[in-house]
Amino acid sequence: MTPELKKDRPLSAGHLLGLEGMPAEEITHILDTAEALKEILERPIKKVPTLRGITVVNLFFEASTRTRISFELAEKRLSADLINFTKVGSSVQKGETLLDTARNIEAMRVEVVVIRHQSPGAPVFLAQRLESVVINAGDGAHEHPTQGLLDLLTLREKFGQIQGLKVAIIGDIAHSRVAMSNIFGLKALRAEVMLCAPPTLIPRGVESLGVKVCHQVDDAIAWADALNVLRLQLERHQAAFLPSLREYYMTYGITLKRLEKAKRKPVILHPGPINRGVEIESAVADSGASVILDQVTNGVAVRMAVLVLLSAPEVMG
Amino acid sequence: MKFRVKTKLADTEGMRRTLTRLAHEIIERNRGLENLALVGMRTRGVFVAERLKKLIRQIEGGDVPIGILDVTLYRDDFRLKFKQPQVQITHIDFDVDEKNIILVDDVLYTGRTARAALDALMDLGRPARIQLAVLVDRGHRELPIKPDFVGKNVPTSIGEEVRVRMMEHDGEDAILLVESEDEEEANRDS
Repeated sequence: MTPELKKDRPLSAGHLLGLEGMPAEEITHILDTAEALKEILERPIKKVPTLRGITVVNLFFEASTRTRISFELAEKRLSADLINFTKVGSSVQKGETLLDTARNIEAMRVEVVVIRHQSPGAPVFLAQRLESVVINAGDGAHEHPTQGLLDLLTLREKFGQIQGLKVAIIGDIAHSRVAMSNIFGLKALRAEVMLCAPPTLIPRGVESLGVKVCHQVDDAIAWADALNVLRLQLERHQAAFLPSLREYYMTYGITLKRLEKAKRKPVILHPGPINRGVEIESAVADSGASVILDQVTNGVAVRMAVLVLLSAPEVMG
Repeated sequence: MKFRVKTKLADTEGMRRTLTRLAHEIIERNRGLENLALVGMRTRGVFVAERLKKLIRQIEGGDVPIGILDVTLYRDDFRLKFKQPQVQITHIDFDVDEKNIILVDDVLYTGRTARAALDALMDLGRPARIQLAVLVDRGHRELPIKPDFVGKNVPTSIGEEVRVRMMEHDGEDAILLVESEDEEEANRDS
């Protein structure tokens, strides 16, 4: 039997390009599936045969540790065959375009393309041109849907439900694809979202997405059930958005002292990698309130869920 | 679902008697409850297993561990069949190593679900023995699989189907022989 992937369901788009516009039922279905799949990660033999015969290529045009390893593990746990592509040491350095690289890989009969790219929209570009299923593993400052989903799963596990939850996203919103995917996902499941950062790091007009904006981190701590603390994406800063990292830590860093002063214990999420002493104090990252490592575990489960759901075809005949 | 009920093969009482006999047979053939564990296959196999557990306690006065198996990820028709795969939680909180496992399902048909369940169980460890208990065997095997404990043998034609309805899930206890009026439906059960 030749594995044949159908692209028109069950994730209605046939691809996972972003959480923008994804209906709440679809998000919930992914989270439910991920929850069921988590059990596999606890087994002595952490493998099921579901994606036998399916080949996945991980196209990583940008550095990544967690996401790449997480996707790779998810693919292996489901028995898919996988190929890893990184920009360094590939033909991209010889001037090959994204489309040519992808077409060549597809000509080798690959069913699923996982792509991380510095340009926003690169996954959409591929999805419009390739037969393969495309999964966005982060495109510029646009979206990082699997990160958004794993944050949702972690919050749901911790609080039982997302609806009505108050989540503050703190830090470099302007350069963060994680923030965008979180906003779309959280809003779809009817959480309240607050963004907190210096004015230079909050995109203008973001209130139109139905989020609150604040510039005092103490106010965000006093309000929120959970804080999603973002790293400063210094590699994407093309101007001086901050006086200094030291000053950022003084005014926006999540410290024990701040949490104690607010007499609140919000749950702490962080997409990683953590810059200790910049956006978050070590003691907070390692405290009982932190679910940072649960996020990593949930990341594998969510990626497995997405792979399973996208490779399910139509009924034959 | 378009189908027509042809015969009611069992009602509440009938099902109770059949399950009671199955429970007795399981205890007898395994010489007691030592090392015994029940694993129900989703969906209705789980309820059949729970009933057997209760009956075994009544008869023998001891508890056997019970687990739930979801075989969706192990099916050989995974890519052919599911519009919206519903992967549910496999929940087996005992060590399957060296256990005598009774795999429980409601209807045995092609044997493909049982095959998937065997693979799934083997991935969890190395049971000493696996036996298969089913409420109804309707024939038409496509794989060399033979049940150890059978509630009812019901010879069927391909166009017919056996529907087990259970109080916990369907609001009544019944085993029905139905005739599908929809061809796709006829091939649904396995």
